[in-house]
Amino acid sequence: MASAIRIKGGRVYDPLHGLNGVVKDLCVEDGKIVQECHGAAEVIDATNLVILPGGVDIHTHIASPAVNAARGLRPEDHRLLCCPRKPGLRSGVGFTVPSTFTTGYLYAQLGYTTVMEAATPPIGTRHTHEELNDIPMVDKGCYLLMGNNEFILQYLKSGDLEKIKRYVAWLLHSLKGFGLKLVNPGGVEQWKYGKDVEGLDEKVNHFDVTPRQILQALTWVNEELGLPHSIHIHANRLGVPGNYQVTLETMRALEGKRVHMAHVQFHSYGGEDYVSFTSKAKEMADYINGHPNVTVDVGQVVFGDATTITADGPWQYRLHKLTKNKWYNLDVEVETGSGIVPYTYREKNYVNALQWAIGLETFLLIKDPWRVFLSTDHPNGGPFLYYPWIIKLLMDAEFRSQMLKRVHKRVLSHTMLPHLSREYSLYEIAIITRAGPARALGLRNKGHLGPGADADIAIYVDAKDKEEMFERAAYVLKDGKIVVRDGEVVESCPGRTIFAEVPGDDDLLTELRDKFEKYYTVEIGNFPIPLEDLPFHQAVPTGRPV
Amino acid sequence: MTVAKEMRVVKDVTCPFCGVTCDDLEVHVEDGKIRDVKNACVLGKDTFLHHLEGLATPRIDGKPASIEACIEAAADILARAKYPLIYGLDSTELHAHRKAIELADLIGANIDHTSSVCHAPSLQAVQTVGIPSCTVGEVKNRADLVIFWGANPAEAHPRHPTRYSVTVKGMFTPQGRKDRTVIHIDVRRTPTSRMADTFIQIKPHSDYEVFSTLTALVNGHDLDVSEVGGVPLQEWRDLVEVMKGAKFGILYWGMGLTMTRGKYLNVVALLRLCQELNRFTKFLGAPLRGHGNVVGMAQVLTWQTGFPFAVNMSRGYPRFNPGEFSVADLLGRGEVDAALIIAADAIGNFPAKAAQHLKSIPLIAVDPKESETTKVAQVVIPAAQAAVAAEGVAYRMDHIPLPLKKVVDSPYPSDREILDRIIARVLAKRPDDGAKRAAPLPRG
Repeated sequence: MASAIRIKGGRVYDPLHGLNGVVKDLCVEDGKIVQECHGAAEVIDATNLVILPGGVDIHTHIASPAVNAARGLRPEDHRLLCCPRKPGLRSGVGFTVPSTFTTGYLYAQLGYTTVMEAATPPIGTRHTHEELNDIPMVDKGCYLLMGNNEFILQYLKSGDLEKIKRYVAWLLHSLKGFGLKLVNPGGVEQWKYGKDVEGLDEKVNHFDVTPRQILQALTWVNEELGLPHSIHIHANRLGVPGNYQVTLETMRALEGKRVHMAHVQFHSYGGEDYVSFTSKAKEMADYINGHPNVTVDVGQVVFGDATTITADGPWQYRLHKLTKNKWYNLDVEVETGSGIVPYTYREKNYVNALQWAIGLETFLLIKDPWRVFLSTDHPNGGPFLYYPWIIKLLMDAEFRSQMLKRVHKRVLSHTMLPHLSREYSLYEIAIITRAGPARALGLRNKGHLGPGADADIAIYVDAKDKEEMFERAAYVLKDGKIVVRDGEVVESCPGRTIFAEVPGDDDLLTELRDKFEKYYTVEIGNFPIPLEDLPFHQAVPTGRPV
Repeated sequence: MTVAKEMRVVKDVTCPFCGVTCDDLEVHVEDGKIRDVKNACVLGKDTFLHHLEGLATPRIDGKPASIEACIEAAADILARAKYPLIYGLDSTELHAHRKAIELADLIGANIDHTSSVCHAPSLQAVQTVGIPSCTVGEVKNRADLVIFWGANPAEAHPRHPTRYSVTVKGMFTPQGRKDRTVIHIDVRRTPTSRMADTFIQIKPHSDYEVFSTLTALVNGHDLDVSEVGGVPLQEWRDLVEVMKGAKFGILYWGMGLTMTRGKYLNVVALLRLCQELNRFTKFLGAPLRGHGNVVGMAQVLTWQTGFPFAVNMSRGYPRFNPGEFSVADLLGRGEVDAALIIAADAIGNFPAKAAQHLKSIPLIAVDPKESETTKVAQVVIPAAQAAVAAEGVAYRMDHIPLPLKKVVDSPYPSDREILDRIIARVLAKRPDDGAKRAAPLPRG
């Protein structure tokens, strides 16, 4: 008989089913949540405990060629967190760019069971999957970078949308990607000759297409293919004062289409420079509140050390010039770029403190919790280890005002934060960290506790201090097995790699073979990743969105 | 049993020899033996055609033994060792890297690889200032200025110039060689100089000074000297103009910088120069790396431990300290008490003092071929050669992973399997090391 567990007497928060702290038994069998256990089951006494679905991170950077380059770049970062080997578990290091095994353990300790790597260059995706294979405890997937792909730009120039659709399908199918990611569409292509784009209608060098066209074409493709997740967009001009206009314009260009705007905090800035830097969170939230097609993750800033890792090459160069910190850049043939710069967010720095406030404003001003998700754009805004601290800021207005007194004085007159008395409820936290992202990802078995869901469950000791509460889960179940107890990993499990099941299109091969020969440096036969390379995997069907 | 002669051609084969990692080889196999290799350079061809020569045999203390007995003996040595070393790992593949690191984690070993004695200073330089770089396809598609510094790709990476950097035609370099200016800078002429439009000969050990000079000139300073590195200042002024005038420049460097006086500081100065040039144009740098899959080992070690080489696990978690945990230093000071050398010939390549220490301790060699190391090892375990008789993944010098094919069979297990079996035997010798289970839950 397969393992069965009955979780007795806990308060259940399951927003998808409208359960708001209802005391209820949960039954788990064969890794799934079931209506009732058949026969004997182990019992977890959850009296006075809080039960949530396992956490779902829609946007993080935990595995990719760039993430690994960041690990290699930052030996000084690793000594801040050393994780010794334990029987059955592997050793590793933190802090902002943890080693793979440690990444899995740390996420699990927080109660997270599904995480999405938000950017992988197609040619480096073999690497990304190998890293994901070494991240235990969680189910995971990756979004393929497409917004500056030169084949797509060529097809777009000749107006052949159908070809783009077939090529994107071939990439997803060959590389076992979960979704499409655009990073600074057009701008990273410009960066290959040291430039960037200023706005949506600027022509991209050599290709005679604009960011607007790229955005619209790939959003169309995303919906045509019926991918489980909407298009995932890192808009142009990240981090630049005054960028909120291009962000708004991006959303307007895709009006009525499903769209996910990533780390929107970094795209909600007013002002002309970092002196006149202001918050435009209100303008952004107003737009988002009126447009149910948009979901966002916040990219909250956390004070302390961060490592900025992004495919947005031109931004990283700007940050390097701004900070004088070490700078890594890797431009990737045909596809994209990438850059890494270590960064420290300081409470007493006006810009950093306002970035912190803008993130919180975004959380508090967007009315529908189903469309705003918790992220730090790990590790760009700070490491995911600080999610509990952010939850406390959202649930505790008093704590927020204490923090506000500590940060740079000028922020007080430039943020609405003192006037936002909203406090997130536990139910809303369950939405922005579980149910919401799972729904936006189109993962029907995640983010809820109804029969048929994967038995990924996080159980916490309810505490007044919500940071303390969410820092160490009392129990975490992954696929129905207890993997964390009292905040410690007690058993490792591999987790599955999730990808979108897109039919292959071999008719395109002849044409692609020629393009590969001309512009790539690898044989097209060595490009696809066979399913055997993903020892634990799960295909998510495509089709019309939910 | 079939007696029909088996003939087949395997296409898109990835070559394991160097960091160019060509993946377009065609290997002709007849009755389990490689007869011909198309598209490969002379170095790659050799690797495949001579795959059956000089094979190692399993033995313990010089006497023939079964693979199983060898694995048991190796596990005995490693389980008993107090401060062991695992080293090599360039001529193997990703899954073997994984297993080697897992073993090091289990026994609290030092783990290091061939980078330690080639481009480790490049890695340290990147840790110091970062690096503006690109994949080789960017050079193919865009570079109009290519500089080779302290490197000799014509002999060490023979297909780099034709596939990626000199004669190849790309998206914005439709005329190939005609679209590129190629400059070679070194302490002596080599066949690489013949590929170049310009050769600049500098004095040995003057690289740091020359990079600093170029950076000063890029930043608009002039210098009050007539020559630097044995070259008139005017020549460096001209070079700076060429660099700033390029649309897309790349500076490739070799071990001429990393293993001469100044070591990582030479590369720091080079990288700063490249970074500064980005104020004027696109300018990137990259090391010409790779004996075998040494780049891959650095990748896997980095994602599993956070550090690219010279990792020590003796405290139960990874620590990194070149000079303390790097192989030449560990051996030179005679610190390690047992060693597993896998997929590299340590004794054949190390300084006498380091080799001497290796000979004085229990030594395990895992290698497809006989080498100076297998000659003196207490335990020799022959392996199926990665990329020839075992599949896997190898990394190109620009960190792009490529699949390795199993072209022919080998009677011996792969590196990955050997390490896996050693791990299982070491675990069996430590009964307390099974995962500690929490107390069972009540049933009801």
